Amino acid sequence: MIDALGSVGSLLLVGGTSDIAVATAHRYLRERPLRVVVAARDTPRRAAVADQLSAAGGSVEVVDFDADDPGSPERMLARVAAGGDVDVALVAFGQLGNAEQLRSDAAAVAQLARVNYVVPTVVGTVLAEHMRRQGHGVIVALSSVAGERPRASNFVYGSTKAGLDAFYSGLSDSLAGSGVSVLVVRPGFVRSKMTAGMPDAPLATTPEAVAEAIVSGIRRGRHTVWVPGAMRVVMSVLRHVPRPVFRRLPI
Amino acid sequence: MVEALPAPPVDRRFLAGWGRTAPTPAELVGVRTAEDVRAAVRRAGGRGVAARGLARSYGDAAQNAGGTVLDMAGLDQVRQVDLAAGAVEVDAGVPLDRLMSLLVPMGLFVPVTPGTRYVTVGGAIAADIHGKNHHQAGSFCQHVDWLDLLTADGQVRRVSPDADPELFWATAGGMGLTGVVLAARVRMKRIESSQVLVDTDRTPDLASLMALLTETDHLYDYSVAWIDCVARGRRMGRSVLTRGRFARRDELPEKKQRDPLRYATSVKLSAPDLFPPGLLNLGTVAAFNEVWYRKSPTRKRDQLQGIPTFFHPLDGVGEWNRIYGPRGFVQYQFVVPFGAEEALREAMLRISSAGTASFLAVLKRFGPANPGPLSFPAPGWTLALDIPVGGSRLATLLDELDQLVVEAGGKIYLAKDSRLRPEVFERMYPDLGRFRAVRQRVDPDGVFTSDLARRLSL
Repeated sequence: MIDALGSVGSLLLVGGTSDIAVATAHRYLRERPLRVVVAARDTPRRAAVADQLSAAGGSVEVVDFDADDPGSPERMLARVAAGGDVDVALVAFGQLGNAEQLRSDAAAVAQLARVNYVVPTVVGTVLAEHMRRQGHGVIVALSSVAGERPRASNFVYGSTKAGLDAFYSGLSDSLAGSGVSVLVVRPGFVRSKMTAGMPDAPLATTPEAVAEAIVSGIRRGRHTVWVPGAMRVVMSVLRHVPRPVFRRLPI
Repeated sequence: MVEALPAPPVDRRFLAGWGRTAPTPAELVGVRTAEDVRAAVRRAGGRGVAARGLARSYGDAAQNAGGTVLDMAGLDQVRQVDLAAGAVEVDAGVPLDRLMSLLVPMGLFVPVTPGTRYVTVGGAIAADIHGKNHHQAGSFCQHVDWLDLLTADGQVRRVSPDADPELFWATAGGMGLTGVVLAARVRMKRIESSQVLVDTDRTPDLASLMALLTETDHLYDYSVAWIDCVARGRRMGRSVLTRGRFARRDELPEKKQRDPLRYATSVKLSAPDLFPPGLLNLGTVAAFNEVWYRKSPTRKRDQLQGIPTFFHPLDGVGEWNRIYGPRGFVQYQFVVPFGAEEALREAMLRISSAGTASFLAVLKRFGPANPGPLSFPAPGWTLALDIPVGGSRLATLLDELDQLVVEAGGKIYLAKDSRLRPEVFERMYPDLGRFRAVRQRVDPDGVFTSDLARRLSL
């Protein structure tokens, strides 16, 4: 249960090896020990993350989850639910894709859409159903500012995030009165393993800053957070820039 | 043709405790009979059942996210008053308020009353409540001859300290997790008048307060101190100590002797639900406390006070919990053993220097404990204070206080709690194993549960 002061008893990381997921778990563990479930493919990275979070004081479980398989979320959640209620579930998986390849490779586009949109909607659906029965819980979905107005340079990625964002925003409203809430997180450029080797974009941020925004967003009962906060204003301006100008912006 | 009884009304609702934090939705079932309770328990789904009385628990004890909550207020018959024995048999949903209205004129007072009379007998048992007389009389369940408990198998068992003592004491302070208390026989306290003879002393700091309490507590039936939590430095712990006992009839002024057991209560006004968050800040609370301290007499003896004034001053304002605003508040109550005075002082120091706007804290000395594994009172000092939910540091401050308390051999009162975590809770209640064993016996599938039970992995 999330207690009277917003402390969390159990955290499910779907895509548990992502930098933001790990940072969020560390951020919570800095306050208190809690149950952390790392749902991810069985890789050495998953084992390393589990060890790291145990060392930080978590009581850690690992569960198999394949972000490319729409059948995986239901099996994953059945395993997780057997161990008790889920207070916060963080949907943190996704791929950036290779923009160059995505321009012409239809199979790659389909795969990216599956990992970034299709499976997240399946995860959201099974989580919502489970938490509705629990009568409490928070679903955190990692969207992106890239979904706010897709750019030519990575519009496939942007479109998947736009879809994910719309799905979770709508899910949030559909859960009103159920005791369950949804927090949509829209970070800008995050320096992480997903963006390794890429030059920083303006207002670049870190997984730790995103984690901080997630934790305080949950505590305050927010439905949307931007990281950094200034992104909200920037994107609100960019949204209204005329297309011919937008197309020529160096972003 | 047999006419079917109408099914009890079911209502899906968000429920919270007195602190108004962390509400969760549940199916609220209004029960009026033992049969209603049994039916609701049988129908309960995977999320289980919790019983709810007047919801004066501060935290999440009487709520059950996604499950069933029994509204026990309808189970409210006073079955029998045994004037010769000075005892009553009552349904669990009967409020202490009703018992007082009914029985004070007959010369009987509830054996134990908390700071509010709006608690049910069932809730009093589930929390094993204590009052200003704990050092003399113990807690509520020590005055219960027997109780009828509906367990997970649908059976009603009459349990007492002699018949199934393990189940009786697990139910005492067991937060409703052994079953639903349907009724109980409670031994009342005989009184000659409804007036309390009160002695008041103002003390300038914590040390003098504790010395005075230690020296004089045994001379009084009732004793409690209100401490100004905002005062710092030399004045830290300045307080007003009130102690008293019921007056004998011949101690009343002549006019009152004609009707010595007269008892009247009133709720003067209700707090409206529009207090903004943050109204109670350090400034307003400090100002209030200053006035409160200054207007209290330095020393006063044998002042006559009515029951509501002495026992339930806050009940004069209906729904006073609203003054903390929509974010609600937490109450932090702990006990540390005698000998751990340093921990108490340290806790006070941290609270007052953290600048959390707590109105007044209540300090009391507890007497001996009873065998209840989850019963709260234990010999030592208990401090209780309200803190509005606000600053981000509050969760950490209270976690640190938990450490201080547990290391001093103390514990937190579950009826007040809304934020303790399971590992610390386990260390505070070393007899938890005994409680779990009883629960395993009478409720192996965990039909009876609550948000509190889930939060603390009870």
